[in-house]
Amino acid sequence: MMDPLFTIGISLAKTVGLLFLVILPMVSYTVYAERRVSAMIQDRVGPNRVGIPLTLLGFKKDIPFHGLLQPIADAVKLLLKEDFTPAHVNKFYYWLAPVCAMAPSIMALAVIPFGSTFLGQPMVVADLDIGVLWVFAVSSLGVYGIVLAGWSSNSKYPFLGGIRSSSQMISYELSLGLSVIPIFLICRTLNLSGIVQYQIEHGWLISPIWIKGISFHGIDFQVLLGSFDLWKMLLWIPLFISFVVFVVSMFAETNRLPFDLPESETELVGGYHTEYSSMKFALFFLGEYAAMIVGSAVIVTLFFGAWHVPFLPTTISEPFSFWGIVLGLIHITAFFAKVAALLFFFIWVRWTLPRFRYDQLMRLGWYFFIEIALVNVFIVAIILAFMPK
Amino acid sequence: MAYTVTRPKLTLAERAYFPAILTGLRITLGHFLKILSGKKKVTMQYPEEKWDQQLPAHYRGAPTLVKDEHGHERCVACQLCEFICPPRAITIRPGEIPGESRWRKVEKFPKEFEIDMIRCIYCGLCEEVCPEQAIFLRKDYAITGFSREEMVYDKQKLYELGGVMTGLIDKWNEKK
Repeated sequence: MMDPLFTIGISLAKTVGLLFLVILPMVSYTVYAERRVSAMIQDRVGPNRVGIPLTLLGFKKDIPFHGLLQPIADAVKLLLKEDFTPAHVNKFYYWLAPVCAMAPSIMALAVIPFGSTFLGQPMVVADLDIGVLWVFAVSSLGVYGIVLAGWSSNSKYPFLGGIRSSSQMISYELSLGLSVIPIFLICRTLNLSGIVQYQIEHGWLISPIWIKGISFHGIDFQVLLGSFDLWKMLLWIPLFISFVVFVVSMFAETNRLPFDLPESETELVGGYHTEYSSMKFALFFLGEYAAMIVGSAVIVTLFFGAWHVPFLPTTISEPFSFWGIVLGLIHITAFFAKVAALLFFFIWVRWTLPRFRYDQLMRLGWYFFIEIALVNVFIVAIILAFMPK
Repeated sequence: MAYTVTRPKLTLAERAYFPAILTGLRITLGHFLKILSGKKKVTMQYPEEKWDQQLPAHYRGAPTLVKDEHGHERCVACQLCEFICPPRAITIRPGEIPGESRWRKVEKFPKEFEIDMIRCIYCGLCEEVCPEQAIFLRKDYAITGFSREEMVYDKQKLYELGGVMTGLIDKWNEKK
């Protein structure tokens, strides 16, 4: 048994490191990426100016850095803006709502394994056995922020946004939950680290063929042929369906286009955060992007093998040696690289698809996705029942 | 009378929605990659790159006063431009040319000639109405300043901007 103080110190270090060194910078740079990618998709340039302002110090030229310092400028702007509270709002809930929007998505990060081991410590803040359930339970609390903001603003558009978001999130939570049941049936665990371990041994859940037997020591043809398993390819079909349902539901859950009805700036003037300004608005904004990052992290963990890099060793025998540290860092980087790729996909989809009409959204959720996810569970159960052990 | 709108018959692929999404994603990715790789360039990075060379001959920029090749100011202070100017941006105070000047048969010259560049709408009516070919719209478009007073351009500044225009009709030639 480890010293409790040591354990507390380690998890504090992991929390602070994850939050302040990775997630918050990632949130602000996701905003930057959103602006740049959307600009390029629309044949524009996007923010490419903000850099080190050397001209303020008397030099001839600024260093633009492709506008990479834009998030800092944005943050300064948002902090310095007037924090205006309209007279007609319900003050207590009006102040509470932005906090509620940001906190749940960060809490959900606790159970996600974002690396193998680093300096001998497993890279997950809380290795809960109910990992996925925790993610769903906590991330669905995010709806309270939006509903409270919509209701306490005491004006029409935010109210409509709040109503839309609550019904949308409840509808898509069902298909979100149902679509991951096949994964539990296959992996036989709810623990996210356990799911990752299963994917390391049997292949990422998104890929039908998992090539084994290739390593630095040469190719083992016996094992290589054995990796083309017909049953596993059969299992891939329902897994792919559940991947699609999960990803689409995740879009709806994080209020991203084509499901951004709670916000819909063209019809609801920004929806639930219409009455907000300054840093309170920014908290909604950041909460939305944090939710996006957590959503991507969950998708990566469930379907893309989390931190696993093919053909690289997965266990670190000597944690304090040079290679042990490098490998640990590679695993962490691999995880966040996969998350970043998914974030690009989120942004890409947003700037491609138009918004759904409200009835279409509800129809898609209740008539199609829940049924598809439900049938999918049965298909997986039947395949698993007949699959040779 | 009510009439039925015929809905287009959708094929199975169209009703499935996903192929259309993929097509859309391909199009947007194409645009993204083209801009990212620099194959296609749409935006001009303004202060570094300018459009000045491509400005058409008829471009209407800031109105300016011009002198002819003899260095003589062409304006005779007839005030036609002042009267036609729709936003009343031009103010002229005419004066008499003293007797000893070799241009005294022109009779008048502007003592003061001011154009308020904030009011100016660059319509070009002053250039069109001028009987002396004295006022021209040049190609300056970045006209800025820190105060309203600074934006009222006086005679000296207008002549600086306008410079010398050659090949104009020499109406007040001494031999005529």
